[in-house]
Amino acid sequence: MEMPIPDPAVVARKARLVERLAAVLPADAVIHDDAETRAYECDALTAYRCPPLVVVLPASTREVSEVLRICHDEGVPVVPRGSGTSLAGGALPTADCVLLGVARMTGVLEVDYPNRFVRVQAGRTNLSVSGAVEEEDFFYAPDPSSQLACAIAGNVAMNSGGAHCLKYGVTTNNLLGVTMVLMDGTVVELGGAHLDAGGLDLLGVVCGSEGQLGVVTEATLRILRKPEGARPVLMGFDSNEVAGACVADIIRAGILPVAIEFMDRPCIRACEAFAGAGYPDCEALLIVEVQGSDAEIDAQLARIMAIARTHDPVELRESESEEESARIWLGRKSAFGAMGQINDYMCLDGTIPVSSLPFVLKRIGEMSAEYGLDVANVFHAGDGNMHPLILFDANRPGDLETCEAFGAEILKLCVEVGGCLTGEHGVGIEKRDLMLHQYAGADLEAQMAVKDVFDPDWLLNPAKVFPLSVSDTRRTGRRTGRQTAA
Amino acid sequence: MEPRSEAELAEAVAGAAGPLRVVGGGTRPIGAPVAGDPLPVAGLAGVSLYEPGALTLVAAAGTPLAEVEQTLAVEGQRLGFEPMDHRPLLGRAGVPTIGGVAAANVSGPRRIQAGACRDSLLGVRFVDGRGAVLKNGGRVMKNVTGYDLVKLMAGAFGTLGVLTEVAFKVQAIPETEATLVATGLDAGEAVDRLSAALGSPYDITGAAHLGPGCGAPEARTVVRIEGLADSVRYRAGALKSALGGDWQVIGDEASAALWREVRDVAPFAAGDAPVWRVSVKPSDGPVLVAVLEQAGLAKRAILDWGGGLVWVEVDDDPGDGGAAAIRDELARLGGHATLVRGSDALRARVPVFQPEPAPLAAISAGLRAKFDPRGILNPGLMGRC
Ligand SMILES: Cc1cc2nc3c(=O)[nH]c(=O)nc-3n(C[C@H](O)[C@H](O)[C@H](O)COP(=O)(O)OP(=O)(O)OC[C@H]3O[C@@H](n4cnc5c(N)ncnc54)[C@H](O)[C@@H]3O)c2cc1C
Ligand SMILES: Cc1cc2nc3c(=O)[nH]c(=O)nc-3n(C[C@H](O)[C@H](O)[C@H](O)COP(=O)(O)OP(=O)(O)OC[C@H]3O[C@@H](n4cnc5c(N)ncnc54)[C@H](O)[C@@H]3O)c2cc1C
Repeated sequence: MEMPIPDPAVVARKARLVERLAAVLPADAVIHDDAETRAYECDALTAYRCPPLVVVLPASTREVSEVLRICHDEGVPVVPRGSGTSLAGGALPTADCVLLGVARMTGVLEVDYPNRFVRVQAGRTNLSVSGAVEEEDFFYAPDPSSQLACAIAGNVAMNSGGAHCLKYGVTTNNLLGVTMVLMDGTVVELGGAHLDAGGLDLLGVVCGSEGQLGVVTEATLRILRKPEGARPVLMGFDSNEVAGACVADIIRAGILPVAIEFMDRPCIRACEAFAGAGYPDCEALLIVEVQGSDAEIDAQLARIMAIARTHDPVELRESESEEESARIWLGRKSAFGAMGQINDYMCLDGTIPVSSLPFVLKRIGEMSAEYGLDVANVFHAGDGNMHPLILFDANRPGDLETCEAFGAEILKLCVEVGGCLTGEHGVGIEKRDLMLHQYAGADLEAQMAVKDVFDPDWLLNPAKVFPLSVSDTRRTGRRTGRQTAA
Repeated sequence: MEPRSEAELAEAVAGAAGPLRVVGGGTRPIGAPVAGDPLPVAGLAGVSLYEPGALTLVAAAGTPLAEVEQTLAVEGQRLGFEPMDHRPLLGRAGVPTIGGVAAANVSGPRRIQAGACRDSLLGVRFVDGRGAVLKNGGRVMKNVTGYDLVKLMAGAFGTLGVLTEVAFKVQAIPETEATLVATGLDAGEAVDRLSAALGSPYDITGAAHLGPGCGAPEARTVVRIEGLADSVRYRAGALKSALGGDWQVIGDEASAALWREVRDVAPFAAGDAPVWRVSVKPSDGPVLVAVLEQAGLAKRAILDWGGGLVWVEVDDDPGDGGAAAIRDELARLGGHATLVRGSDALRARVPVFQPEPAPLAAISAGLRAKFDPRGILNPGLMGRC
């Protein structure tokens, strides 16, 4: 992966930088020892690593502001970091950057049940936001699979989603406001504890901007009352096509499940071997979950099962108990772990129009034969967000490169059928160079113009999201060459 | 100049010598009055893609909203965000367009549950102030490829670009609906009840309070439930006992008619007193109304979104249509106010949109300068720039 060559002038100023940072932060919040900065050398895209010049761990908006003012002053790039679970290399440092971690900012600032919001510091983990409002039976809806670890900061930056976003939407649909620090240290408030933006929807563009427009320090999030109950049904089919048609029919019938998960045969087998969830041996599996009171769940599931029966399922199993529900979900939830046991894998994240599902799965099967690498598919079928897992052997020379080439082909296919390169993981460095397959140069110019306004010197998380070739002129002056990150 | 295609529209913008006034259907003259040559987009019309099984619809920006709604209704679907029709309030004729809905981020009562227009907007194509044709987003539900300019375009009122095509996520029309109605509550009590309803597990899709004189002599507090018939019956019953007090349940046509009234702020129709649309924390809605009443400014108020959306009709007396009083109070409470109805003179005199703090105003101005360097797209509509 090509990365810009670190600015030697910045690296040479390390001592002064550390001194200035130490003047505004507690001693233990500035990490500059090589052994310790190494702990921050990558996020969950572990194939690429580079220790940052300095790591800072501020504890308040004021401290973040002071850090940014200094970095702005010194012309030092800043890479914001939440919990480092990005799968796209979004939080990958550069050797000349200050990595700004918000892991010490975990407080709950305000819980307001009548107005249904919670205000938290941005480093708080996703799951613990729900934890903070659980006593009144409320929850925070977006639920990425990484929710135990990932921070709201990263969720906002990546506009993260989860299994239940078919009903509840993704981060942007549940985010009411943020406190954010601009690169020059200015603190701004976007949105608030009310719905809708006044003026231009700057909050909307900040959400999903991958840490390139400002550092988010606080977030006001919409919270919802938990439903009375939830229950899944498991359906097996002997072709992907039929399972896809069943998904479309359910949606078309006007029933909105909270989740529709799809697994193909390789995935079913791996999950079954790993978790022993009692899955049938078939081509395609759907897990459909609905919510409400017992009576409502019965009514909805009756309709869903009637639709499924018209597609001749090889298995149709409504959960009879909490324990059975847990078992149905167990296999799906352990998909990534299960695949990891078999082999190294690369997890893709593209979105397609649901109607293209059978065609895309067929093409992936054909390409799998061409590239000689197995693929297992597991995804959020209700909204077409696919996660093909390409299996490879990291110890076999050339395998990673083949895998990357194959992955790129699949993502291009997603775009060709009317979808997009990433549905929830973000572009980061991983999909940066594919951006021109989805957008024309002018479209990317328009996006970069937004960064020009928020961060005119391009110091915040540079070299992410946009292909280096198209962002080059904006980064030159500061950056003149490139190198390959190990 | 009446462009019939995106290319013609781009050419018209590129070749424009002076300011342009972007006109969809001419039904929402919101914002400061714009002096400029009209640039109509009604020539760009038609639904180009509709996949009921994928809940997506793509249409040219000038497509009449009614045509979009009819197309969807054939498949038992609709726009979830329940766009308001501004015609009754603003006393306009004309044909609202889907592009105008997106440009003004127009949402209705269901916004509390289904999100705003911008939450359903999946993708846009637009022409910037230089005449360049650009796109962002797409037609799939989940997409985090690059920056989300879709949100930026929604609610920009045509000041960053002229929308040529919009892609929406749609939803199924539920089997039935029912509304709980209580009468005679004051705004404070009403919002307490609405908060309790919205904090219940019964999936409320509308929660409003119409003050005295808003369509009925007595105040009405209303809560809507939608879904499968059995489920609606169950939830209405459960909610009624959870809320306590005296609630009447109305269904079907009566319920639908009531929510059209709330959606279109119909009680304020056919007048010319200034009308403000204020977005606040729900519990602050009654506070704001009380302050304005004490100042002798508020004539009538309707609270939607559980109290968080305040429609207030004021006396024009102080000469600023209540702008100073409302904005002073918002400085304390937080939130923002837009003057939706007002004479051209009033809208030219007071800031129609909430003035922004300096750093945000600089960002907004910076974005306009990037997307419309010549300042020709609806200049000044959202404030001086
Ligand atoms: C096992 C696993 C499962 C996952 N499942 C899902 C899933 O279901 N859905 C999903 O959407 N994602 C998923 N992810 C991806 C990842 O968890 C999300 O993108 C998450 O939001 C990242 O949060 P983080 O706090 O770890 O951010 P980081 O990885 O630390 O950073 C991510 C991005 O956010 C930026 N950033 C961090 N903090 C700030 C800040 N304060 N201000 C501005 N920008 C900031 C960074 O610069 C970077 O660009 C998964 C990841 C893993 C490892
Ligand atoms: C002096 C003066 C004379 C006027 N004369 C007329 C007149 O003769 N006829 C008339 O209809 N109106 C007239 N108006 C009102 C004016 O047209 C409105 O302010 C607005 O520009 C028209 O939008 P709309 O009513 O079509 O609203 P909608 O179509 O409902 O649009 C709402 C908003 O979105 C913008 N918009 C609409 N479509 C798009 C799109 N595709 N892309 C981007 N933005 C879009 C509009 O500019 C408007 O701001 C006049 C205004 C003034 C100040």
